[in-house]
Amino acid sequence: MSDTRRTALLGVVLGALGSIRSAIIPAIAIAFSGIGGGDRIGMALGVGIAAAVIGTAASWLGWRRLTYTIGETDIRVESGLFSRSARSVPFERIEDVSLEARPLPRLLGLVTVKFETGAGGGDDLVLQYLAASEGERLRRLVRERHDEQPAARTPAGAVPAGGEDEVLFTMGPARLVTFGLFEFSLAVFAVLGGALQYVDNITDIDVWNADFWYRWLKQQGSTIAALGPYAQAIGALAGLVGLIVIGFVTGVARTGLRDWGFTLTLSARGFRRRRGLLTRTDVVIPAHRVQGLVIGTGPLRYRFGWHSLSFVSLAQDSESESHVVAPFAKMEELAPIVAAAGFCLPDAGTVWHRASKRQRTDKAVLGSAPFVLAAIPVAIFAPPGLFLIPLGAALVTVAANLYAWEFRRFALGETQIIASSGFLSPTSRIATRRKLHSVEIAQGPVARRRGYATVHLGLAGGSFAIAGVPLAEALALRANLLETITATDYSRLDGAPPPARARSEAQSGFSANLAAT
Amino acid sequence: MDLAPAINPSAAPSDDDGALTRLHPNYAHALRVRTTLAAIPLLFGALVLESLLQGEGLFPTGLIAGPVLVIALACIIRVPTRRYNARGYQIAADRLRVVRGLLFRSDTVVPFGRVQHIDVDQGPIERFFGIATLTLHTAGNHNASVSLPGLGEELAREMREAIRAHIRRETQ
Repeated sequence: MSDTRRTALLGVVLGALGSIRSAIIPAIAIAFSGIGGGDRIGMALGVGIAAAVIGTAASWLGWRRLTYTIGETDIRVESGLFSRSARSVPFERIEDVSLEARPLPRLLGLVTVKFETGAGGGDDLVLQYLAASEGERLRRLVRERHDEQPAARTPAGAVPAGGEDEVLFTMGPARLVTFGLFEFSLAVFAVLGGALQYVDNITDIDVWNADFWYRWLKQQGSTIAALGPYAQAIGALAGLVGLIVIGFVTGVARTGLRDWGFTLTLSARGFRRRRGLLTRTDVVIPAHRVQGLVIGTGPLRYRFGWHSLSFVSLAQDSESESHVVAPFAKMEELAPIVAAAGFCLPDAGTVWHRASKRQRTDKAVLGSAPFVLAAIPVAIFAPPGLFLIPLGAALVTVAANLYAWEFRRFALGETQIIASSGFLSPTSRIATRRKLHSVEIAQGPVARRRGYATVHLGLAGGSFAIAGVPLAEALALRANLLETITATDYSRLDGAPPPARARSEAQSGFSANLAAT
Repeated sequence: MDLAPAINPSAAPSDDDGALTRLHPNYAHALRVRTTLAAIPLLFGALVLESLLQGEGLFPTGLIAGPVLVIALACIIRVPTRRYNARGYQIAADRLRVVRGLLFRSDTVVPFGRVQHIDVDQGPIERFFGIATLTLHTAGNHNASVSLPGLGEELAREMREAIRAHIRRETQ
């Protein structure tokens, strides 16, 4: 069975639109510049039309020449106007298929299909502008091919029977608004600054001219001054409130755009995340590719019990190293997701190993030393009393470091290792012991004298470091971890029994290791 | 889970704490040659600066080139020996341990079961001294490649073969 197909013809329209959009600016530039003398507008129109015609022709030719074939064992894409290129991706290498719909294609019912191969780079096979139904068909097809293979890739953890997707986490509008409030942002002012620069370029108003603003302020100021001190205070207050409102509105709007309709489901193929208002993304993370978890929070939201959960996996999400699977949730909402990924959250029975107290002292001393040193010249040369500022900063640093120590700890479980760190709120990382790749004990000059070390664990797709571990404990930890790592070869990592089973039947680390071999 | 096995030092298998194997003595010589080559442009620069400023009579002769020469000599004579002494490795049946660093110590263990591929490299200086660098690549982001320089040429190849044999045995 092999059928050769083309992408949706509507995509040509989008390609043409794209080229017109990029021709608009030059056309406007011509219209407003001196090129072409009196016939400028005509010339600008000509340029615009030419761009549209050429763009349409190019995108139509590109569409004619791009074909994809679903073969017996692979997907082949042939493309290229003058030089032909053919790429073949075997089904075994396709980890998953993700669909993305940007606003404009979405209106036309088109999606971009990406075949993820886990090549590490951005060199995945991409088909732009397929009908949404065709995208779904391709995804189903690839999955069916996977299922025909021996069950070497069964995802870890509890998998619902019968192919029904189990909803693990969703965020309703109310939750989104709460989340948005915590995402308070004044970034809009940076955008405004950029916009001002733009205004400056295309209008006569000289934004960066101090004189202009001075005159404007004087004008406004005299009006305000005429209102008396109360009105001035009210004005300042109103300005402040306005700033806060803008910050909250920005936060809510940005969060809403990004996370609207956030849904995380679990199917036989893995975790599936859908989110976005204008740009809707649909990503699948195969459960066996999850290398570790990151549970993050913020200084303020931590006090209210809100956390975020991300998966560290080999496939990278746009820009960030891990996939967010629950951006804003209570711990008890995270527990089922964590369990489904084959991990468990720390509980009352977890034995925590704290960081060395010597490290706490060293960090506090070294962190505050620059401020104390800065206080000396300030005390000598600056007006009296001013030296209290660096001294105060030093005190704050000491306090922050002492408090940060509270969060610095790790726990070694049967199948996983948990470590947390942070200044005002903890960020926890959980990794599967079997899926670590190396263990390094690193010591700087201070750490060597004081007998503690940083333990770096090699984690695929992310980093995992535990700072301030007493040296003897670090050595024991390494020996313990290596025991687990050496028990399973890399080639068997994916096929090994799911951690959930190994956990229930194994009471000691050694039997867990035996089960893994 | 969370029957977290108590981490106590006495329970640790001792094979990670055993004596380290030292590198080939020629490693120190190779380091020395490399440092010398790096120092030559600096010394030359110092001499040029010195001769340019000599006419000005601002400071006595040798105030620039002198210290540069002393530091360079220290780096060439003393530092390679200390770096050589700080390095070491230990190869067991299923893992390689690499220790390095004078000021910032690092002690890394790579299990052979996690090695993706292995390189044996020889630069011109290393070839002259008959030594080679063995590099193990892993899939982890940290320590994506762990290199062990200063092995005898033959030894490096033998180690590569041993690690390859281990991987082949485990994959089958």
